[in-house]
Amino acid sequence: MKLLRDTWLMFVRYFLIFIGNPAWVIIGVIQPVLYLLLFAPLLKSIVHIPGFPPGGAYNVFVPGLLIQLGLFGASGVGFGLIDELRSGVIERFRVTPVSRLALLLGRACRDILTLLIQSLILMGLAIPFGLQPTFLGVVVMLGLVALIGLGMSSLAYAAALALKDENSYAPLVFTLSLPLLLLSGVLLPLQLAPQWLQDIAKANPLSYAVTAARDVFNGNGGSPDVWKGLAIMAALAIVGIAIGARRFSRAIA
Amino acid sequence: MIHTKGLRRTFKGRRGAVEAVAGVDLDVLGGQTFGFLGPNGAGKTTTLRMLSTLLPVTSGQATVAGCDLRHQPAKVRERIGYVSQEGSSYSEVTGRRELTMQGRLYGMNRAVADKRAAELLETLELTDCGDRKTKTYSGGQKRRLDVGIGLMHLPDLLFLDEPTTGLDPQSRARMWDEVRRLRESGTTVFLTTHYLEEADALCDRIAIIDHGRIVAEGTPEELKREIAGDVVLVGPEGSPDKARDILKGQDFIRELTVENEVLRLYVDRGETALPQIIRLLDGAGINLATLSLHRPSLDDVFFRKTGRSLRETAP
Repeated sequence: MKLLRDTWLMFVRYFLIFIGNPAWVIIGVIQPVLYLLLFAPLLKSIVHIPGFPPGGAYNVFVPGLLIQLGLFGASGVGFGLIDELRSGVIERFRVTPVSRLALLLGRACRDILTLLIQSLILMGLAIPFGLQPTFLGVVVMLGLVALIGLGMSSLAYAAALALKDENSYAPLVFTLSLPLLLLSGVLLPLQLAPQWLQDIAKANPLSYAVTAARDVFNGNGGSPDVWKGLAIMAALAIVGIAIGARRFSRAIA
Repeated sequence: MIHTKGLRRTFKGRRGAVEAVAGVDLDVLGGQTFGFLGPNGAGKTTTLRMLSTLLPVTSGQATVAGCDLRHQPAKVRERIGYVSQEGSSYSEVTGRRELTMQGRLYGMNRAVADKRAAELLETLELTDCGDRKTKTYSGGQKRRLDVGIGLMHLPDLLFLDEPTTGLDPQSRARMWDEVRRLRESGTTVFLTTHYLEEADALCDRIAIIDHGRIVAEGTPEELKREIAGDVVLVGPEGSPDKARDILKGQDFIRELTVENEVLRLYVDRGETALPQIIRLLDGAGINLATLSLHRPSLDDVFFRKTGRSLRETAP
């Protein structure tokens, strides 16, 4: 009960801070829209290459783009926390009886909500291009984005609390998120990759999310890969929360 | 209100354990304003962070606001307020919203939190800027808001970590009034400061910590009385070395130190010491640039106890 209340209080706080600065919402949407406008048309010409998954360029590309949105959106959240850490606010909260887990979950819920809003905007914008969403597809897609948001933002917060400084946080996040992105098959399907690259990609949890997202968007809602993707993202979220919560409850010197 | 015995904290460093706080005994009575002084790195902040539950205690016992610090940190948190040196408000949030948020975290419902926030904004003279984001606040307004946040849940005990550092004299005076008002309202205040005149003006009792240990404790008057006699500051023209050599052996001088080219002499009776000093230095052909006589201040107490001047150690 206390956890729920505290999480809600934190969520409202960070949501108000977020919408107080709409630039971030706009930037968050503009980036994937640029991919949609400037990159997706390239795919149209390679749709017919053997190995390219069925469903057409946009039904293949947009699900991946949404996963990318989740990854990049969540990995940037640590900057706000570092800013707040420096202002003494986190220390102030830690002297109150607030639940330590709520300090993490309230923020993460805000991150998830903004990701979901961005995802819906992006899917809506992709329809005129040729995206053909299904109800199940959209629901599962949002579920995957939410789980990625929860897991990755928790890990990002843990990293921010450990590093306490933008100058070490930024390089870490960019160094880690690029291989995660490249090895997930977001930009081009991994089916086109050589075998060794496909083998490495199997170690990347996000590649399962991308596969699941594509399957469900292309009418394979019941495929075991969808369940596998959801389960792996749920596991990522749990691990992320465990690590993030531990960091929040430990002394922040 | 605060009672500690053998409070210790060690940090694991690369070259073994570092003892930041090496057994601190403190007794702070309810309703007192207690000043906690010490040079940088003396263990001041570490002690404060332990007492406010931010840092686990390595060993020793402590009761804070009637609860055992090590076994009931959650209960301690409910009863204390803490205002850190860095501040406690976020630039993108209004002062009023920071206050209500704090109240809600202590379990107040919205109506109670709103009412209490309005009350605090009023007494802290922040009503005009209460609905502006804190990034627009002046240094003094921001610091008063920090104190307001710490007081939101009417704690019995308030920790103030350097409440006036970096403030202009006017804002400092305003903050002093606030601390005095807290004292009148019966709130116990535990404050650290770099300004001895601040401790002298505000505190009922003072403790000085150095190298992780309490080196002096008492009322400001008691501490000043401990340094019997007077302080004479002698500023010779040129190097102070020659003057020091001449004065060092004199019986009427109890202690002599050199700081920033000025000799600081502790003597029993200033009025009789001055002519003697002038005669001695004049006889040796040393001209004086400055000569002054002081009653011992807390600066002198601090200097005697830690071998350093507090101003030197200020950041």
